[in-house]
Amino acid sequence: MTLTYEDVLAKYEPVFGLETHVELNTKSKMFCGCSAEFGGEPNTHTCPVCLGLPGAIPVVNGAAVEATVKIGLALNCSIASWCRFARKNYFYPDMPKNFQISQYDEPLCFDGYLDVEVDGTTYRVGIERVHMEEDTGKNTHIGGATGRIHGAEYSLVDFNRAGIPLIEIVTKPVPGTGALAPQVAKAYVSALRDILRTLGVSDVRMEQGSLRCDVNTSLAPAGSEQWGTRTETKNVNSLRSVERAVRSEMIRQAGLLDAGEKIKQETRHFQETTGDTRPGRSKEEATDYRYFPEPDLVPISASAEWVEQLRAGLPELPAVRRKRLTDAYGISADEMQAMLNAGVVDLVVETGELGAPVAEARNWWTGYLTQRANEREAEVSELGMSPAQVAHLISLVADGTLSTALARQAVDGVLETGEDVDAVIAAKGLKRVSDTGALEVAADAAIAADPDAATKVRDGKVAAVGALVGAVMKATRGQADAAAVREILLAKLGQA
Amino acid sequence: MITWSAAETAAKIAAGEVCAVEVAQAHLERIAAVDDKVKAFLHVDTEGALAAAAAVDAKRAAGERLSPLAGVPLAMKDVVVTKGLPTTSGSKILQGWRPPYDATITSKIKDAGIVMLGKVNMDEFAMGSSTENSAYGPTHNPWDLTKIPGGSSGGSSAAVAAYEAPLSIGTDTGGSIRQPAAVTGIVGHKPTYGAVSRYGLIAFSSSLDQAGPFARTVLDAALLHEVIAGHDPSDSTSLDVPVAPVVTAAREGGRGDLTGVRVGVVKELGGEGYQSGVTASFEAAVATLKSLGAEVVEVSCPSFDYALAAYYLIAPSECSSNLARFDSVRYGLRVGDDGNNSLEDVMSLTREAGFGPEVKRRIMIGTYALSSGYYDAYYGQAQKIRRLIANDFEAAFGSVDVLVSPTTPTVAFGIGEVLDPLTMYQNDLATLPASLAGVPAISVPCGLADGLPVGLQIIAPTLQDDRCYRVGAAFEAAIPSVLANIPEL
Repeated sequence: MTLTYEDVLAKYEPVFGLETHVELNTKSKMFCGCSAEFGGEPNTHTCPVCLGLPGAIPVVNGAAVEATVKIGLALNCSIASWCRFARKNYFYPDMPKNFQISQYDEPLCFDGYLDVEVDGTTYRVGIERVHMEEDTGKNTHIGGATGRIHGAEYSLVDFNRAGIPLIEIVTKPVPGTGALAPQVAKAYVSALRDILRTLGVSDVRMEQGSLRCDVNTSLAPAGSEQWGTRTETKNVNSLRSVERAVRSEMIRQAGLLDAGEKIKQETRHFQETTGDTRPGRSKEEATDYRYFPEPDLVPISASAEWVEQLRAGLPELPAVRRKRLTDAYGISADEMQAMLNAGVVDLVVETGELGAPVAEARNWWTGYLTQRANEREAEVSELGMSPAQVAHLISLVADGTLSTALARQAVDGVLETGEDVDAVIAAKGLKRVSDTGALEVAADAAIAADPDAATKVRDGKVAAVGALVGAVMKATRGQADAAAVREILLAKLGQA
Repeated sequence: MITWSAAETAAKIAAGEVCAVEVAQAHLERIAAVDDKVKAFLHVDTEGALAAAAAVDAKRAAGERLSPLAGVPLAMKDVVVTKGLPTTSGSKILQGWRPPYDATITSKIKDAGIVMLGKVNMDEFAMGSSTENSAYGPTHNPWDLTKIPGGSSGGSSAAVAAYEAPLSIGTDTGGSIRQPAAVTGIVGHKPTYGAVSRYGLIAFSSSLDQAGPFARTVLDAALLHEVIAGHDPSDSTSLDVPVAPVVTAAREGGRGDLTGVRVGVVKELGGEGYQSGVTASFEAAVATLKSLGAEVVEVSCPSFDYALAAYYLIAPSECSSNLARFDSVRYGLRVGDDGNNSLEDVMSLTREAGFGPEVKRRIMIGTYALSSGYYDAYYGQAQKIRRLIANDFEAAFGSVDVLVSPTTPTVAFGIGEVLDPLTMYQNDLATLPASLAGVPAISVPCGLADGLPVGLQIIAPTLQDDRCYRVGAAFEAAIPSVLANIPEL
């Protein structure tokens, strides 16, 4: 029997943890000079090193080390003054050397935290470690029903991704979030994404796999001191999925515990379509990775001076900035959250800096522009509207040149043609018709064309004026001010 | 022509007394004449060698300056990656693989105008002391074809001793240059770890592997050392320091004066387990060093007794990981890919068929030593011993300039004679400490025992490779040529 979420919470206390993999956006790969760009024809971004050819050995990409230290600093971590890479040994055909160069007991950054806010409460998520490693290649399994290796006729391997710098950020277990566990988990990933975006170290595109999450979840009977057995859910590739994965694992585990069964420590896979998790490989048969220090690489020693230099150069972090902007704009936390969710904070700020009232800028970016972006399944920032164009539109509305409806038409034109606002206005002839003479002519024509409606208005049924207003608006191709048209019509029909 | 030293050959080519193509041809003829007995070569690159030699001749004809070893032939150990030329590391698992790139030392050798004659035999993945572990059959010692030429660089040592090439490249992980040099009566030097790039050496044990020169004279070895040494941005463990002045040191040593040089005889590298003939030859060598003006003292390095145990944990551990890439997916042998076997089965069948018994033994030892719960007791402990050995060296070099020992406990043994792996491992007793500490060491011939060559090992502190060459050259100049006694093939 499936329990409701409320049933689960009445009896059990969840603890979650997250392992997040982030592909850095360095120019070259972690250990060779190959391009680290996403995509490309299969196996074109490769060389003897990232193909693991006999004899080839790695050299560390300094830019990746620097980016990792920045991430560590932004997450309030300590930075190791000396650390090494380690080899994680296991056989898999997407891994050219059959070991992954990673870090084991000596991560570059450790012992930090990230504060996240949910429903006005701040939760501190402890950061266990931030370490560097290399990404694997990508397998495509051809034939077979599942698209997985079992049952496939053959498999193709693309090594373009092999060796792309990957950062793993591991949280400490997070207890005490109760019913909000799924939301806190999601808020953590969201906050982490904002930080990484602010640092400019990663594209953080979950849909392209440049940010991927594994979610650990366990349940303990309410009031118990001891935590339960955890499962690790992989393939959690969107913010919404993080939330769903924690929630569905809580419900699944509670069902088992209620039935007197034990939770198996295992790896599970999140199912995007159903929102639940399915078992993967069992930890009981887990590989012994036989970690040992990577003998092909010299240790990394981050000097205190260098670390301080990087710390001093960090950009204003999202939480600090959010607070500053919330205060400066005099908006509520929810309004700020709406901007964050839409990914438009920078756009609003820039639009404001160009002279537009911030309230107007917020309305545009979180309103019509976000709506258009959603329709196109694009990021607002990728729509093709610049802050300068939005600021210009806002000024045109403010001085009465355009109505809001016309401004929206102008936006549509910009999105369709890629031309700038003025060119679109000129081409479409968008102009608010304020010439009363022209409106009067149109009003007379409308009255003449619809004598029934005119009679009703004259007889006191003012609501009937709507049809006449519509006719005038149609005749003026929407460029007239509807309120003004209404006044003119009512005056002509003796109802002013 | 084939008996000339590399220095002589280069000088005659530069002077126009002989052309590089003639020199290459003479060596190719020698290979054709004797290699069916010696079996040093796995692949002879006649076309490539003649083309490289012709390029040197053309350069000279154009009046361009030639590098110091331009036109001199060389045999390349098959562990070194050579673009377009078969590279097997002595293993069946890489049969037919032609690399798409050159090792850094291969490029340096090509750039120097050195003429690569081909690839020479070795113990599979450089694991062994006799070349018997090659998947392509053993190489024979030119001194006595029933004997081993040492290993793992047995093809490199045999080719030079048999006058198939005046120079060769070997790699040394626990003694694989010095021991073959000793048992074939030639010179072999293991440089300071990090002095020569490892980029393009098929890894056996990354923290120990180091490429170095073989030659019939100390000066020739020094000339080749200078070509291959130097910092390489593609190998982060390669040291960014100036190359030790080894050629100058070899020339200076050649004058035969060791006045003021303090020589330490390592107590732990001799005595029990060393053949009496080897010990006698070594003692005579020490007396010769004294006669050249060196001050000789005995030095104790107690941790050296644990070198063998530490080495046979570290090297197998690293190789178990280094050799994981040979899985049939991207290159080399593939066995069992019949549509019924799973990927894991194909990997497993390929490795079963492609690796020889010694390689499998070491992969298994290493896999075990690294496994969770055993790491500290084995790999961790071995690393501590390694530190202690380095400390012993540091302490010893506080009072002496170089350390000496016999290179090997015995002279060359018979092919097929040593069957027990542990007995085979004893061959490395004297060479392992320098490998574990990363310090440079040379082996120079110091006489004969039972008609077979004995080697003198000279060990110097980190980056002081020049001391090995100076003392080695002085010693070489003071004794009659050992190689003069090698029988006709």
